[in-house]
Amino acid sequence: MEYTAHDETSFVRPAEVAEMELYHAKTWLGKYVFSQDAKTIAIQYAATAIAIGIVALVLSWLMRLQLAWPNTFSFIDPAYYLQAVTMHGMIMVVYLLTALFLGGFGNYLIPLMVGARDMVFPWLNMLSFWVYFTAVTLLAASFFVDGGSTGAGWTLYPPQAILPGTPGSETGILLMLASLAVFIIGFTMGGLNYVVTVLQARTRGMTLMRMPLTVWGIFVATILALFAFPALFVSAIMMALDILLGTSFFMPAIMTMGNEASHVGGNPLLFQHLFWFFGHPEVYIVALPAFGIVSDLISIHARKNIFGYRMMVWAIIIIGALSFVVWAHHMYVSGMNPYFGFFFATTTLIIAVPTALKVYNWVLTLWRGNIHLTVPMLFSIAFLLFFINGGMTGLFLGNATVSMPLSDTLFVVAHFHMVMAVAPVMVVCGAIYHWYPKITGRWYHKGMARFHFWTTFIGSYLVFLPMHYLGIMGVPRRYFEITGTTFLPESAQSVNESITIAALVVGFAQMVFLYNLIASAIIGKKAPDNPWNATTLEWQTETTPPGHGNFGKELPCVYRWAYDYSVPGADEDFIPQNVPPRSSRVAVAT
Amino acid sequence: MAAAIVLLVLVMGTVVFHALSPWYFTPIASNWSSMDSTVTLTFVVTGLAFVLVNVFIAYCLIKFRNKPDRRAEYEPESIKMESWLTILTTVGIAALLAPGLLIWKDVVTPPKESMELEVLARQWNWSYRLPGEDGQLGAVAISHTSTANPLGIDPSDPLGQDDVIIYDPVLHLKVDQPVTFLLRSNDVLHNFTVPQFRVKMDFVPGQVSYIWAEPQKQGSYDLLCEELCGVGHYAMRGRVIVDSEETYNAWLADQPTFAQTQVELSTDLAAGQAAYAVCGSCHGANAEGIESMHAPGLAHLDSEYMKRQLRHFKRGVRGAHEDDTWGRTMAPMAMMLGDAAAINDVVNYIGTLSGQVGFDGAPDYSTSNAKERTDLRALGDSKRAVALYASTCAQCHGDSGEGVWTVNAPGLAGLETWYLASQIKNFRNGIRGRHADDLYGLQMGLISNTMTDDQAINDMAAYIATLELPQQPVNLAQQK
Repeated sequence: MEYTAHDETSFVRPAEVAEMELYHAKTWLGKYVFSQDAKTIAIQYAATAIAIGIVALVLSWLMRLQLAWPNTFSFIDPAYYLQAVTMHGMIMVVYLLTALFLGGFGNYLIPLMVGARDMVFPWLNMLSFWVYFTAVTLLAASFFVDGGSTGAGWTLYPPQAILPGTPGSETGILLMLASLAVFIIGFTMGGLNYVVTVLQARTRGMTLMRMPLTVWGIFVATILALFAFPALFVSAIMMALDILLGTSFFMPAIMTMGNEASHVGGNPLLFQHLFWFFGHPEVYIVALPAFGIVSDLISIHARKNIFGYRMMVWAIIIIGALSFVVWAHHMYVSGMNPYFGFFFATTTLIIAVPTALKVYNWVLTLWRGNIHLTVPMLFSIAFLLFFINGGMTGLFLGNATVSMPLSDTLFVVAHFHMVMAVAPVMVVCGAIYHWYPKITGRWYHKGMARFHFWTTFIGSYLVFLPMHYLGIMGVPRRYFEITGTTFLPESAQSVNESITIAALVVGFAQMVFLYNLIASAIIGKKAPDNPWNATTLEWQTETTPPGHGNFGKELPCVYRWAYDYSVPGADEDFIPQNVPPRSSRVAVAT
Repeated sequence: MAAAIVLLVLVMGTVVFHALSPWYFTPIASNWSSMDSTVTLTFVVTGLAFVLVNVFIAYCLIKFRNKPDRRAEYEPESIKMESWLTILTTVGIAALLAPGLLIWKDVVTPPKESMELEVLARQWNWSYRLPGEDGQLGAVAISHTSTANPLGIDPSDPLGQDDVIIYDPVLHLKVDQPVTFLLRSNDVLHNFTVPQFRVKMDFVPGQVSYIWAEPQKQGSYDLLCEELCGVGHYAMRGRVIVDSEETYNAWLADQPTFAQTQVELSTDLAAGQAAYAVCGSCHGANAEGIESMHAPGLAHLDSEYMKRQLRHFKRGVRGAHEDDTWGRTMAPMAMMLGDAAAINDVVNYIGTLSGQVGFDGAPDYSTSNAKERTDLRALGDSKRAVALYASTCAQCHGDSGEGVWTVNAPGLAGLETWYLASQIKNFRNGIRGRHADDLYGLQMGLISNTMTDDQAINDMAAYIATLELPQQPVNLAQQK
């Protein structure tokens, strides 16, 4: 096989990057609370997201308790169950994963990895976090209002979302809509920042095709989000108008509680189209950063360049673009014109091709690598298992015909948890362990980390694999309980019980994880600047954790791509991006 | 090494679990076995890919694990290999998509010989409408909907007059007759799923969606709502019974047309009074109920509810369970009522009774409530049931226990505490509401499970006794 040495020697004219005027906080408040340093904002984002994520985790335990042992816990009634389902889903997808990947990892890594001193709009960045914080507060407030939070399902489908008969139709739904609108405003501030920073603030020599895939993933995901979230924003506003002013955007003539409602002429399917026009790209808003990060983790810890970098970049872009034309695969049985099924099944299965290529390239990166089974690598392997599994079941649900017996069952729940919950969370964990020494300057406790890994890895698989079969048997999702049917075997309940036990154990492991993160930041062993021998710029900073302004006096100059691992002829098995090329060409072929 | 082994164990475990576990699709009862075949095909293709890729990963983890002298290969890309993988994947995906699209064409095009019928879904029950002899369904509108015309059929449309109305969650179908289900909702999104038929489709208020299937195996199948429709979603159950042609025709002949349901039965109060003589010996001369006889007061019961219960007693749908001592006492009494007219007469006569002990005249609910408040203290603590009533019970029975007719939920206010407690216990213990034809009873049975013990039921009954009755006795027909 012929190798082409990558771009080490191809000369790229250093772009002129103006030194930016850094804002220096004068007060404690300005430094730690209303900070304009992307790294601090990143930690604020991450801490807030994880805090509200814990609430969602606890809600999932309550759901699991009810499903495993129905009619045992008097504090869980059907309304409460639906509220738990709804808030768990919405928090995990939007307020945890989106915020953590983009606001957390995006803020921390984009400036460091592209060689910038900070985000280009630091003040806006600070505002973005505090708007996000407001959105989380509004959301959390809905737990305490009269009638409680909304129980309309995370999809918030009208008409039921705003009618009596659905929990939280009094106030909870309004708070949810308000919170989403505020979230999107905050996200737009941050998102514009990330995009402009990637486009305008890269250091000399950092061409787009030299950016680490982590940045590519976050960058494209942010663009998706900037296009997708407005659809959710307008639907939230329109639904709020239907509630507050009695408009009928989504409300046809209907009965409610035995009486004719005052609405007429609206269309509930309009909301579903808008929601999924946001909702499907949202899957990739979560997945693409995970794709990018896991590419880097696999490459670094296998000491090998990512295989097919250009293909990986294009796959991210193509997946991102295609993700806008597949939304109605969530609606095969929604009552939309069923002929749409032909189009959306085709586009959906097409998107599987670039996605599969990404999997091949991850796997081929392991091939002939030098695999260090560090904790981040272990989580990357776990990601692969979950993502491949979830991707495969995606081929069931994307294909209109195959999906029909399975849609609206627990098969769907199992599928999307595999592919867009557990898989990205594996990356989140791997990424946190990977960058922990850089962010805190200390090592996490490796024993606890490994306990966390094994429990989460095996436990999550035991939660979600059997769940597919409950769905195949015909157990619908969002059911408080399913007694009184004639087609389900008694043994189905034992599946539910085992799932719950596994879920509780996995939940416990996350507490160990949190303890490890917090305690090790204080008492962990000191970590060196570049413990993984990685090539990307964030590991080349003068101080660890990186100081205000990220780099020393001079911004680094980039001479090569991010994946010069085990370059033949090189002394070490990695060459950082800012190491100049040697005068002579390195081996081009072997 | 451990990672590779665990990975292999999980992957192989997945295959073994799939092959050996007893958990798979419930046997099919419709024409959509082609759909099952696409599922099988997808399992084979994706299963193969799943195993291959993961075994490859495990192999790499073992073979290329870090050793002191190992150095990774430097291999930025291989256009050739990436192209081959792209082609291979595309072929595999096309092989899955093509049959899917072909069968989807069948899914969206009902056959010409298919018979159309309408399913009306609303929170949280099912009813059905079949075209009459003209083979066409009449026009409908929300504005026509009332207790007398629950399906909202346009009374002025001649096409609707002969429509067959099935105001009950049990639907019968003819075996081997393709059916196109026209799905209409009155309130929110719902979904029509019979797991044995494989196909499913949502109801969207404001439009009519459809799905078709040909039932090919006789039997009784659960009908489920699989689109979240509120608190009662999981309890929105129906039943589809696939009959032989003769059984089906016999059933169909018993169902009323729309025109028939619109004929108001003339009420013969004298006949009702005569019939009530038997009832009064237990339920009291003024339908006030006699606790020692385990006979509840009837004066506060909704008339539609009372008629349905009498029909159920007559048909052995209620009062047939061997532990339902008092239901079994009632059943033969109901048998004495000959037909719908007799039921109508006696129920209307009961409507004229005061519910008061030894007092004829306008009902005085305040005293009646006071009477009940004396015995509820012994039963339960009403405060403990406030939250559950508001979150769950009120969704069907109304905030003040007035009942909501579209849910077929009777009013509860004014009913005796002891009676409520005993009936909820019967529901929860499967003594009432478990008959195959009693889907509303099944619904209440599921909901009653939210009261996890007898004390919770007593609390609830005590709470319901505190509900203020509406100013007027509930007359459902007047609501619309």
